[in-house]
Amino acid sequence: MREITMERVNQTRDEILDIIKSPVLTHEQKVTNLANKADSLLEVLDLPEGLDELLNAPIETQCICDLSEGHAPVRPRYIAPDYEKFFQQGSKFLQLDPPKDLFEALNALLIIYKHVPSVTNYPVYLGQLDELLEPFMDTVDEDTARKLIRLFLIQVDRTVLDSFSHADIGPKPSRAGRMICEIEAELEDAVPNLSLKYEEGVTDDEFMMTAIHCALHSAKPSFANHKMFCRELTERYVIASCYNGLPLGGGSYTLCRLILGNIAKRAQNIEDFKKNQLPYVMDIMARYMDARIRFEVEESGFFENSFLVREGLISRDRFTAMFGLVGLAEAVNILLEKEGRIQPGDEKGRFGHSEEATQLGVEIMDIINDFNQAHTNPYCEITGGHFLLHAQVGIASDIDVTPGTRIPIGEEPEELIDQLLVLSKFHHYFPSGTGDIFPIDVTVHRNPEYVLDIIKGAFRKDLRYLSFYSSDSDVIRVTGYLVKRSEMEKLDAGTAVLQDTTALGLGASKNGHILERKIR
Amino acid sequence: MTQTALVNKIIPFSSVDGPGNRTAIFLQGCNINCRYCHNPETRAVCISCGTCVAQCPAGALSLTADGRVSWDPAKCVQCDTCIHVCPHNASPRVIRMTPEEVMKKVERQIPFIRGISVSGGECMLHPDFLTELFTIAKKTDAGAGLPLTTLIDSNGTIDFRQNPALMQVSDGVMLDIKAFDSEDHRRITDAPNETVLENARWLAEHERLYEIRCVIAPHLYDVRKSVQGAGEFLLPLYLKQLEKEAAGDYRQKKKDPKAVGIFRPFRFKLIACRPMGVRPAYSGFAQPGSALMQELSDLLKAMGYRDIVVI
Repeated sequence: MREITMERVNQTRDEILDIIKSPVLTHEQKVTNLANKADSLLEVLDLPEGLDELLNAPIETQCICDLSEGHAPVRPRYIAPDYEKFFQQGSKFLQLDPPKDLFEALNALLIIYKHVPSVTNYPVYLGQLDELLEPFMDTVDEDTARKLIRLFLIQVDRTVLDSFSHADIGPKPSRAGRMICEIEAELEDAVPNLSLKYEEGVTDDEFMMTAIHCALHSAKPSFANHKMFCRELTERYVIASCYNGLPLGGGSYTLCRLILGNIAKRAQNIEDFKKNQLPYVMDIMARYMDARIRFEVEESGFFENSFLVREGLISRDRFTAMFGLVGLAEAVNILLEKEGRIQPGDEKGRFGHSEEATQLGVEIMDIINDFNQAHTNPYCEITGGHFLLHAQVGIASDIDVTPGTRIPIGEEPEELIDQLLVLSKFHHYFPSGTGDIFPIDVTVHRNPEYVLDIIKGAFRKDLRYLSFYSSDSDVIRVTGYLVKRSEMEKLDAGTAVLQDTTALGLGASKNGHILERKIR
Repeated sequence: MTQTALVNKIIPFSSVDGPGNRTAIFLQGCNINCRYCHNPETRAVCISCGTCVAQCPAGALSLTADGRVSWDPAKCVQCDTCIHVCPHNASPRVIRMTPEEVMKKVERQIPFIRGISVSGGECMLHPDFLTELFTIAKKTDAGAGLPLTTLIDSNGTIDFRQNPALMQVSDGVMLDIKAFDSEDHRRITDAPNETVLENARWLAEHERLYEIRCVIAPHLYDVRKSVQGAGEFLLPLYLKQLEKEAAGDYRQKKKDPKAVGIFRPFRFKLIACRPMGVRPAYSGFAQPGSALMQELSDLLKAMGYRDIVVI
């Protein structure tokens, strides 16, 4: 392990004391932050030359960001256990027999959730809940089932204290799936995050109406293009965390992101960006990810010692990694300004508003995609030896960084159709996740089929993932996760709140203008 | 011969002009004079008096060599000055279009929309234009092998039976009953309502009635009496539709991609009259409260209506 300076040790000690004394952190949040501080003192990764300048810089110039994964990754970032297998075989480690009725099934899930790690220390994947629960729906009467599932969901919200925890339903309609939507519409809770895998012709309109009703009350489920994900990841995929498509029974070792706008700032012009700056930064980020993965697989001991591996609920060879990016919009605008093709403040030529800007965005994405297809990592066998591209949704401290390939908030085209046509050029690049979010005017409550038509059309056009919420709803989707406006207000007033994502939402509402999205 | 019509506006995605997501097309010109009209600038057709041209702050309006007012959408900043200064309740911001040109604008929204709705003004002043437009729409795949659906938003003063060709390509009508009593109707709109009620009956009987719309304006007429009257008048038609639905008559047609029409009992929509956009001379009224709207909705519910929407 490399030495570090006493100055850094002392600075970290001060930060640790600040965490201990913080009035706005709960005990769990303090423990998590303290662990991160301990980890930050380690220097064990074999870092590529040039990384420091790109990674350890303020947000105005930072080109690579590792999203607080720490210096010595103790587990993969995202883990998606095969809960169906868990139900079939029970667990020796957890001393559980296979569940026989709905009581036991829900109890078993609540137990195992406590033992599924992730970067947040909470499970980012809670299972394909409708398929998991449907076989048990006849073990109790309807009212009991409803009450049990309701209590289960409340317990998840109050104990899985992070809205990156994601459950899936669909594409087939089921009693369990419908019931989950009906209950969530009443609860209006932030956790779990929820995706409905939609496939036209398989998911019927009636189920969709229940789901859309739920979405307009509680900002979930979001809708995932099932056919598209199956094409890329086979049917054994999950939607986890924000909206991340990942192999079931595996997950993602790591997620780092390119901050494209800042890379564009380094470039003289478009050609310099494409030929020199972008390839230089991509190469360093890929090698940084390689180093993280190598440590996780070869040194951390996670895959040798976790009961999840031992009991076959995950396996090392079903893990991949996510090559993320943010700020395509800023990169395009900065480059077009440098070329003198748009003037600062000239709205018409900007990303989301001109063919030329869209085209440049596509060219940049093609370069990134080609790079990723050429880079190989020995531990990403499940995805052909390559990472998966990921349109990262941003973090609370981002300023002037638009998530993934989205059009910046406040600059959305007047007409939704124009926005959708731009998005349709970009969603296909990102098997490990991208998505767009639309607040909907309440009058739609009386015409939910409006939302249904947009989803159907979008998926026919190979859009990947869409989220909606009602413009007057308490639960809202920040970037990929959910928070309650009422909880943000409490935190803003200086009170500790239950879920750690509330703080992220508050940051994003101040820096990322997420409350100012164009209402559709 | 290809028809043309003056198009005031095309809204690419509309959630309030019929079921699902639709492109809404607004034609210029109306034959009646509703006191509460929310977009009075769509009522008259521009006579090229030129009043607006000099006042346009963006220079988007000009007089052509042959004396017509011409509008340049590229320069227009949508400030509405021209509409405010127009002495004739018209708008220079209209474009004369063929049905093909309108469909070109619609196609951009496919496959995100399930259909189109044409409104106004009063779009039934242009039945031949509508027939051509809808004929093209019915040949256009909305994205899943189904043709676009075609709805008309009408004040009901023009007889639908006189336009059988249009009715063959139109799925249905969103029909206003602005008052049940003809004298009330005349006071609100300057026109009687006998044709409106006859239309309601005929459309309901021919699977072409999507919804009945009543604008609730207590300052203009007795709204309770009117809703009660309209409800009672339409009830036998509605009950017949309920029977059809119960007997499964609609099921087959709903699945048939070639079937044209509305295959469910019609909806009652009660719209609270709001002062937004109303001409100053008529805008000094209080919007009906939610208690009254609920009372009217309950009144219809008690009669047996199931699909009642209050806006």
